[in-house]
Amino acid sequence: MWSKRVKLGLAALLMTGVLAGCGQTENNNAGGNEETPKKEETYSGTIALAGSTALQPLAEEAANAFMEKYPDVSITVQGGGSGTGVNQVAAGAVQIGNSDVPAAEKLDDKSKASELVDHKVAGIAFAIVVNDDVNVDNLTTKQIQDIFSGKIKNWKEVGGPDEAIHVINRPASSGTRATFEKTIMKDVKVNDSIGTVQDSNGAVEQAISSTPGAVSYVAMSYLIGEKKNLKTVKIDGAEPTVENIRTEKYPFWSYEYMITKGEAKEEVRAFIDFVKSEEFAPTVKNMGYIPMTELE
Amino acid sequence: MQQMYTKRRNRWLEEYIGRTFAVVCGWLIVLITVTMIIFLAVKGIQSFTDSRLSLSDMLLSAQWDPNGTPPRYGALIFIVGSMLVSLGALLISAPIALALAIFMNFIAPKWFVSLLKPVLELLVGIPSVVYGWLGVTILVPLLREWFGGSGFSLLAGIIVLSMMILPTITSVAADALANVPMAYMEASYGLGSTRWQAISRVIVPAAKAGIATGVVLGLARAFGEALAVQMVIGNTIKLPSGLDSPTATLTSILTMDMANTINGTPWNNALWTLALILLLISFFFIAVIRLVGSGKER
Repeated sequence: MWSKRVKLGLAALLMTGVLAGCGQTENNNAGGNEETPKKEETYSGTIALAGSTALQPLAEEAANAFMEKYPDVSITVQGGGSGTGVNQVAAGAVQIGNSDVPAAEKLDDKSKASELVDHKVAGIAFAIVVNDDVNVDNLTTKQIQDIFSGKIKNWKEVGGPDEAIHVINRPASSGTRATFEKTIMKDVKVNDSIGTVQDSNGAVEQAISSTPGAVSYVAMSYLIGEKKNLKTVKIDGAEPTVENIRTEKYPFWSYEYMITKGEAKEEVRAFIDFVKSEEFAPTVKNMGYIPMTELE
Repeated sequence: MQQMYTKRRNRWLEEYIGRTFAVVCGWLIVLITVTMIIFLAVKGIQSFTDSRLSLSDMLLSAQWDPNGTPPRYGALIFIVGSMLVSLGALLISAPIALALAIFMNFIAPKWFVSLLKPVLELLVGIPSVVYGWLGVTILVPLLREWFGGSGFSLLAGIIVLSMMILPTITSVAADALANVPMAYMEASYGLGSTRWQAISRVIVPAAKAGIATGVVLGLARAFGEALAVQMVIGNTIKLPSGLDSPTATLTSILTMDMANTINGTPWNNALWTLALILLLISFFFIAVIRLVGSGKER
């Protein structure tokens, strides 16, 4: 409740800041405005981001919008994978490391992890996808566990056609796979000796649409717009919608993180706040991610 | 007098600059290669010094489960996968390449050779991602129809790789054959041999070292090729049960996992060790074939 009010206040403050552009802000919001950019704020400097390919498209879009707003800031966004993101920011090579998981989960050396700060910038939902010839609309969590652990081998066992199941996994180090294991598989182990492994969301997409009986998981950001040609399956009867995620009906989602080292510089903090902001939220949503404003 | 002197000095200077440049380049290549090997070795042994993994486990165990409790880092699957796919590709493309080289040098009409040569050079220049892509869109569905399963398989990897290394081996082998003095052929004819006898008993043995070099280059490319193979081989972490079964290679597990692991973790160290193993196996192959090449020449 409280957080909602603060959020509203923050949004209102932001709006006044953006729209009014002059005059004093009424100080009616003592609660949470220390992060709100001061009015007439300009930023300058360069920000480098690297890491998660799942977050990369959103980061790029945010960088473009932010640079349009503050022309003195120059932002570069690179991919490389979540591991690269954490590595680079820990080494000080970039200001922001993008990651699918919190830094501490990647780093073994906890002393290193303590100087890294995780910022949740968006949510990302994933979907179970199948080849077109699989006429199954819904799978229970248990069924998915059995399929990916190799116990269920034919679609007819879950109410589908009499056809062998072809499992497509992501590599063990992938962030998508980590989320899949954490939220769906839980204690059950993914059986790596069945099916095949594809390196990226794109490769999974290609393999799913061309391989009969195939099943895998991809980020929702890969299933919007023109790319929406893969068949998704409901999990325990729930579709991957924001509503279902908020009400905890749909389990298969996670946060995306921007990681900074120590105290972030002014423009870096402003950029991260911008990604999370009400102002940028519609773009976040259009790109298939879930804005932070909808996840509280 | 003065003029002659400066002229001579300039020539010395030229000599000196050219020579220095050549020497520096030579040493630079040696230095780069050696430092890369040292770097890989240092990184590669961290698995054993820092992360306390066991060498025999790594080389002989087929259990690769970095996320498990306890994590396992057995690389046997990848080593076997890499060997099978490269040797398989070599088995297909080496004979074809040799036949092509013979055809180009002794059988084909001139105009056809002048067509074949640029075609082969074009083939070398095609990026591996294109080979991989063609493999995924054409070869994999074909194999799926023929053998069932998913189509992603060891055989798909072998076929794509053999296409990729064929032009390399052919060009080098063809050059080697062309370098055999014409007198060998004439002498062989003089002794009453047929054309095929001259080619198979005289010319090819005489060019053996050059052909072996082509095979080495092909094998080196096959062994180190990552992308195209990774796209079609399926990357399943298991030993292949047949040609139609998917498996993983050293390069495919490296490309898939290296960007997602953190420096200094056992997982990351284990990947460095895989890279070191890859390098050592390449060295081993090169050494063996060099030996064969130089032995037969005499």
